[in-house]
Amino acid sequence: MAEVQFRFRDDEPVADPGVTVDAFGEQTNAAAVRLEPGDDARDLIPHLARLQLIEVNFPVFGDGRGYSAARILRESGYQGELRAVGDVLVDQLAYLRRCGFDAFAPEVPLDPADAANAFGRYAEVYQPTTDGRAPIWAKRHSGNNNG
Amino acid sequence: MYKYDTYDRAMVDARVEEFRDQVRRRLEGHITEDQFKPLRLMNGLYLQLHAYMLRVAIPYGTLSSAQMRMLGDIADKYDRGYGHFTTRQNIQYNWIKLEDAPDILADLASVEMHAIQTSGNCIRNTTSDQYAGAAADEVVDPRPYAELIRQWSTFHPEFSFLPRKFKMAVIASDIDRAAMKLHDIGIQIVRNEAGEIGAAFYVGGGMGRTPMIAPLINGFVPIDQMITYSEACLRVYNRHGRRDNKYKARIKILVHELGKDEYTRQVEAEFAHLLSQNIEPPLAELERIKAMFADPPFEAGAPDELDRSDPDFALWVDNNCLAHKQPGYIAATISLKPVGGIPGDATGEQIRLMGDLAQQYSFDELRVTHAQNIVLPHVKKADLYALWQVLDANGLGTANLDLVGDIIACPGLDYCSLANARSIPVAQKISQRLAGKSQEIGELKLKISGCINACGHHHAGHIGILGVDRKGVENYQLLLGGSEAADTSLGTITGPGFDEDGIVEAVEKATQVYLSNKEGQERFLDTYRRIGMAPFKEALYG
Repeated sequence: MAEVQFRFRDDEPVADPGVTVDAFGEQTNAAAVRLEPGDDARDLIPHLARLQLIEVNFPVFGDGRGYSAARILRESGYQGELRAVGDVLVDQLAYLRRCGFDAFAPEVPLDPADAANAFGRYAEVYQPTTDGRAPIWAKRHSGNNNG
Repeated sequence: MYKYDTYDRAMVDARVEEFRDQVRRRLEGHITEDQFKPLRLMNGLYLQLHAYMLRVAIPYGTLSSAQMRMLGDIADKYDRGYGHFTTRQNIQYNWIKLEDAPDILADLASVEMHAIQTSGNCIRNTTSDQYAGAAADEVVDPRPYAELIRQWSTFHPEFSFLPRKFKMAVIASDIDRAAMKLHDIGIQIVRNEAGEIGAAFYVGGGMGRTPMIAPLINGFVPIDQMITYSEACLRVYNRHGRRDNKYKARIKILVHELGKDEYTRQVEAEFAHLLSQNIEPPLAELERIKAMFADPPFEAGAPDELDRSDPDFALWVDNNCLAHKQPGYIAATISLKPVGGIPGDATGEQIRLMGDLAQQYSFDELRVTHAQNIVLPHVKKADLYALWQVLDANGLGTANLDLVGDIIACPGLDYCSLANARSIPVAQKISQRLAGKSQEIGELKLKISGCINACGHHHAGHIGILGVDRKGVENYQLLLGGSEAADTSLGTITGPGFDEDGIVEAVEKATQVYLSNKEGQERFLDTYRRIGMAPFKEALYG
């Protein structure tokens, strides 16, 4: 299994690999689960409190279902590690980060300098997500009663 | 017109640097063509038959004179002296070198333009009514709403790897001039009985190999929830749209397979959840944008009469100009369809000239239409004759708007790697053949696609032509009865296809059937709808 190459958390990583969503339903003590593109992230919502790691697999980078899965989990209050695994490429890092991923285990390790550029490239964002960054419209109207 | 602030500028500048870096990594071999492809596509760069093609976004088709002049300069500096205006109100250049692309993007950024998301499986450039802000029948100017969508959709983190491309259009009048119901999401800005502004959402329309007219899924989304509702529509699509088959991946297939009611139910559930996430820009942001689309300083009491003594000018006025909401003004369309020309093409020099004329005569503003023409939206009637004389002297005065010569055509096999047949020569031959009769034939929207992907909108043509490959030979199918207007309909194939000369012949025959059956003021489409396919079939194959 690929190593975690980038991690934006201070807590200790969970050692156990994530189990499938089906197995997770039967193992009441599992703290880590792995979502495939066809899995429904909302099935995990009742169990978020005991989860410490959710891996979201990208078998091919072009399958973007994992971006929605990540946002749904964060919007539902999930605070644990959200790890992107599989075909994770440099140019997807910034989007993934914005959707709530805070750990990255690319199948093929990325050039660290390229990755650092990608994480820091855009100083501003147009949309709010759960990542806490203020969107451009909020900055435009920060001194404004309507904003 | 919308003007960038420091935030918008920072976004576009960051994009130029990112793409420069991506091109460098590709040229140095750090990333494969497979990995580079989605990146260049998201910057509008396609590898075509002979060269790279760069597609530049023209948000909702609105341009300033300075932007237009830059488009002309790019045509001369980096292309072979031409730009090609497209059915999505964009411009594309067909002869681009990969190593030049970052510099072109930097030139574009200097005039607040970009190629962001002009291709790829993401939310594409949002289109609108080319007469926005000028038309007498609009509820409001739709462009501020389209600009709000532009910003929301730019680098959207969740929706940059959708099952397939995603096109949105925004209009604000009952007369649909933007083929709104043939988009993935079509929005009509409306006013309800209480006088409030809202957005009617039509979702799941499109052309391509499975043409569909978008059903209405919500007739009134309050305007301060429009972005949230869009996000809900997209999230349901991103999660559940088909990814197993490229040809069934557009949202129209999802809406069709789930059924409109079930899709709507899922959207409404997602919408209810997203309302708790506070993702909607405040109304203050809409107001900030709206202020930039305020009316230009029209001259009150400008004379409303036109001197029509020059018959060529009078013909151009009748065919190419639209009544303006402001007395004394008119919206003038510059046809990029000279007889025998390539639809939508203009030289670098012509593009700069149109920019200059907009500065002189139209408050610095131009529009690109989805029919591949250019509009000067706010021309004083007193200036119109002088304007027309300059246009006419420069090959831009063709008086054929919405006539048979005003053909929409895709680039076809002359440029496109997807095409099965050439579109441009067919358009040129039809345009030449029927030029003398176009006035008599009247409104006739003819649209040509060189393959089933339907970039030339053949399904929505009063007469549509679809080029196919038949055992290695180009063959052309004829369709009748499509429309992209408020009475949207899809054309029906007449029968067996024709070769290149045969299709020109067939179009002429179809116009003859119309002329001999026409009653009163009927257009071709009206006559077809009244008499049906049989008389046309008889003339074509009988």
